[in-house]
Amino acid sequence: MLRTIRLTVALLFFILITLLFLDFTGTLHAWFGWMAKIQFLPALLALNVGIIVFLILLTLLFGRIYCSVICPLGVFQDVVSWVAGKRKKNRFRYSPSLTWLRYGMLGVFVIACITGIHFFVALFAPYSAYGRIVSNLLAPIWQGGNNLLAYFAERMDSYAFYETDVWLRSIPTFLIAVITLVVVVLLAWRGGRTYCNTICPVGTLLGALSKYSLFKPVIDTDKCNGCGACARNCKASCIHFKAHKIDYSRCVACMDCLNKCKQGAISYTRRRPATQTAATDEPINHDRRRFLTTTAIVAGTSVLQAQEKKVDGGLAAIENKQIPDRTTSIIPPGAWDAGHFAQHCTACQLCVSVCPNEVLRPSTDFIKLMQPEMSYERGYCRPECTKCTEVCPTGAIRPITVAEKSSVQIGHAVWIKDNCIPLTDGVNCGNCARHCPTGAITMVSSNSEVTGSPTIPAINIERCIGCGACENLCPARPFSAIYVEGHKRHRTV
Amino acid sequence: MEEKKNSINRRDFLKILGIAGATTTGLASCRNGAQTSSGFSEEKETEQMTYRTFPSLGEDKISILGYGCMRWPTVLSKDGKGDLIDQEAVNELVDYAMAHGVNYFDTSPVYVQGWSEKSTGIALKRYPRNRYYLATKLSNFRNWTRENSIAMYEQSFKDLQTDYIDYYLLHSVGNGGIKMFNDRYVNNGILDFLLKEREAGRIRRLGFSFHGTVDVFDQILAMHERVHWDFVQIQLNYVDWRHASKPKNVNAEYLYKELEKRNIPAIIMEPLLGGRLSNVPQHIVERLKQREPKNSVASWAFRFAGTPKQVLTVLSGMTYMEHLQDNLHTYSPLKPLTDDELEFLEETAKLMIQYPTIPCNDCKYCMPCPYGIDIPAILVHYNKCVNEGNVAESSQAKNYQEARRAFLIGYDRSVPKLRQASHCIGCNQCSPHCPQSIDIPKALHRIDDFVEKLKQGTL
Repeated sequence: MLRTIRLTVALLFFILITLLFLDFTGTLHAWFGWMAKIQFLPALLALNVGIIVFLILLTLLFGRIYCSVICPLGVFQDVVSWVAGKRKKNRFRYSPSLTWLRYGMLGVFVIACITGIHFFVALFAPYSAYGRIVSNLLAPIWQGGNNLLAYFAERMDSYAFYETDVWLRSIPTFLIAVITLVVVVLLAWRGGRTYCNTICPVGTLLGALSKYSLFKPVIDTDKCNGCGACARNCKASCIHFKAHKIDYSRCVACMDCLNKCKQGAISYTRRRPATQTAATDEPINHDRRRFLTTTAIVAGTSVLQAQEKKVDGGLAAIENKQIPDRTTSIIPPGAWDAGHFAQHCTACQLCVSVCPNEVLRPSTDFIKLMQPEMSYERGYCRPECTKCTEVCPTGAIRPITVAEKSSVQIGHAVWIKDNCIPLTDGVNCGNCARHCPTGAITMVSSNSEVTGSPTIPAINIERCIGCGACENLCPARPFSAIYVEGHKRHRTV
Repeated sequence: MEEKKNSINRRDFLKILGIAGATTTGLASCRNGAQTSSGFSEEKETEQMTYRTFPSLGEDKISILGYGCMRWPTVLSKDGKGDLIDQEAVNELVDYAMAHGVNYFDTSPVYVQGWSEKSTGIALKRYPRNRYYLATKLSNFRNWTRENSIAMYEQSFKDLQTDYIDYYLLHSVGNGGIKMFNDRYVNNGILDFLLKEREAGRIRRLGFSFHGTVDVFDQILAMHERVHWDFVQIQLNYVDWRHASKPKNVNAEYLYKELEKRNIPAIIMEPLLGGRLSNVPQHIVERLKQREPKNSVASWAFRFAGTPKQVLTVLSGMTYMEHLQDNLHTYSPLKPLTDDELEFLEETAKLMIQYPTIPCNDCKYCMPCPYGIDIPAILVHYNKCVNEGNVAESSQAKNYQEARRAFLIGYDRSVPKLRQASHCIGCNQCSPHCPQSIDIPKALHRIDDFVEKLKQGTL
């Protein structure tokens, strides 16, 4: 019963969190956005005291429920492990805890947090690692399916589905997602929750707490006949059945052992185990060979190229825009401060997944690798959209209203004379001025002494909010004649 | 030229695939028609196509349905970088048209990105030259020096693979005023050159096609005494008859009456306004269907254009077999409109002009936009939404949410983002080429504003 409840809730969480990263329409986030916000590290970084207290209490009461139900990477490993278990039953056995590795990893992680090695933090944050896998590897497939439906919808004159662009946002992040997936799948395939109990810093931290949890699986020595079924089915490898002991720091409260014990000797209860007599520490048969399938897992993903725009016969070819050389990268409104942002972002890619304007993408800069930044080659930060601020679970991007956003300066526009179309092509333009949402750009004569001379943009830096409408809609290609420089500290204009 | 020829041949493989589908549909619908006894069969059409003759045109006997070669079917090229004419499909359409009595083909050196003449020539070369009438034009829009104009004229003979042209037109006069007309044809001596060519028999009939203001029309028509225009091609349909889009376009009634006065045969273009008189608001469809349940919406427009006695032929740019079949049905034979029906159409026109559509006929003369914008696709999408009631007046409108979704999703479907109106910089290089005198940048900016309001929810 307990196992069924746990499985049901875990799968619900798992599917919905996965969908958060897949749903590019932004409808699910209003309902289930909280599922990302109750993730441990994001909540910790967001200083969301209520949630942290809740998660700590949850662990102290019931053990690592977080790891078995809430954490999507944990449930993902269970799924992999379950598939592997179909091929070979009773494949686990007790193994001693690699305490030095666990606490070593936790220590390094904490140091990385403090010293600001964001890349390291982002790499090992479990929820974020999962987010990257879904947004980089699964989302393109999901979107491809959607586009297929959109294709048919279009032919049926239905507006139920619309096409979305599938594009590779960052090669390094994509590769990291692939490597993470391969490592996690391999570990889960071979050893169930090995990752959670050796590498994951959240697992180690919660494990330290769950030792003292009130409710826990307990072996009734009177009923136990020493068959070892529990240990052979414990994906955390934490049941030392001969000693009738369970390593509660590694137990993720999956409840699998409860059902496996034919004698009914294991119960999830607050009862302390009766003091053991002579735990015969028999040496474990290390020689027993494990016949584990070492099938190479080839991630079925092909690198998806950024889609080229189709060019029809009567149409002039359009050169793709290139990223200008920005001195300071642009971060979304609501991030307020680049330092705070870098410290709090765990690079889960949720904001990148929901950005409908193709503005956000993971940074390729080593210092902030995988953390999102903005660029305007494919779209601009549209005035009506605050999606990224709504979904961010870590508080790196804080919620902001549409009205607030319209007055938050995240950068400022810079004009590049050499690229400006009125001067190079001798035609009227003013597309930047026409689309500036704050009216910061006006067109002025390039030569006041000659009447009818081409007009060029005059930018009022004080009114510019750095949304990138001008940069995106500038006809100059591949480099726009007007581009946005980011600001380290945002301010209200 | 060699290159072009090769590239046309090179496309054979693609074509077969593309056409198979089209043909099947065409025949299927034809068969269905027969089964439901909607009233047309192949034999009947061949026998009963209406033909027109004029004493001034001698023996010429011209089918009331003329084939406009501006909208030949295209396929995506192998490299994906452009459209190519689907020659197999063109041949198929030409064969069907010829078999059913169409004998007038109207092209121009600039149609279909400059490939129309060549393609039309290939298709018609398979028939004896005396079985059809060829019309083409002097389309010297961008470079009207004497040398260039004559080179263009000579090239038409090569591309059409012919020794003589039956109907030769000064293409789209009226735009740019009488000055432009004089620059293009009079001051460079081209008109005199063409008159000599007519005497020599290389041009059988000389005329002009007209888009523009009334004063230019009057002035050019006044030259009739000296030049003797054999025919004049005008835009005529039941909306433009009395409700031509202002300020520049002239009511077709005036143009036609002027020609009638001088006994000059009229050739009709834009009888369907580039499809806008077929794709009409639903309640107009209901109105027309109620009166003639078996006939298509388009058939009304074609009957209207063919009814006046002074009309020699009505041009239709038929891309699809279905269009060709429908038009053959309408004109085999033409049942002229009664006074009652004319009154009914005038009432319909009055209903139509209440819709703020942009008078774009998708002729693509404005293209290519140097900044990559797909102008006709944007305007066509907008008009479609106007007709379908998907251009909401305000966010308080009853169907606002559905209309918004239909407009925005349909917009992205019809026009790639990079080719949408937001990228129009307003350089205005397009407008001078528009036969309908649309202020294109203004129209695009207006649509862009509307899109912005929809997106921002500030309508």
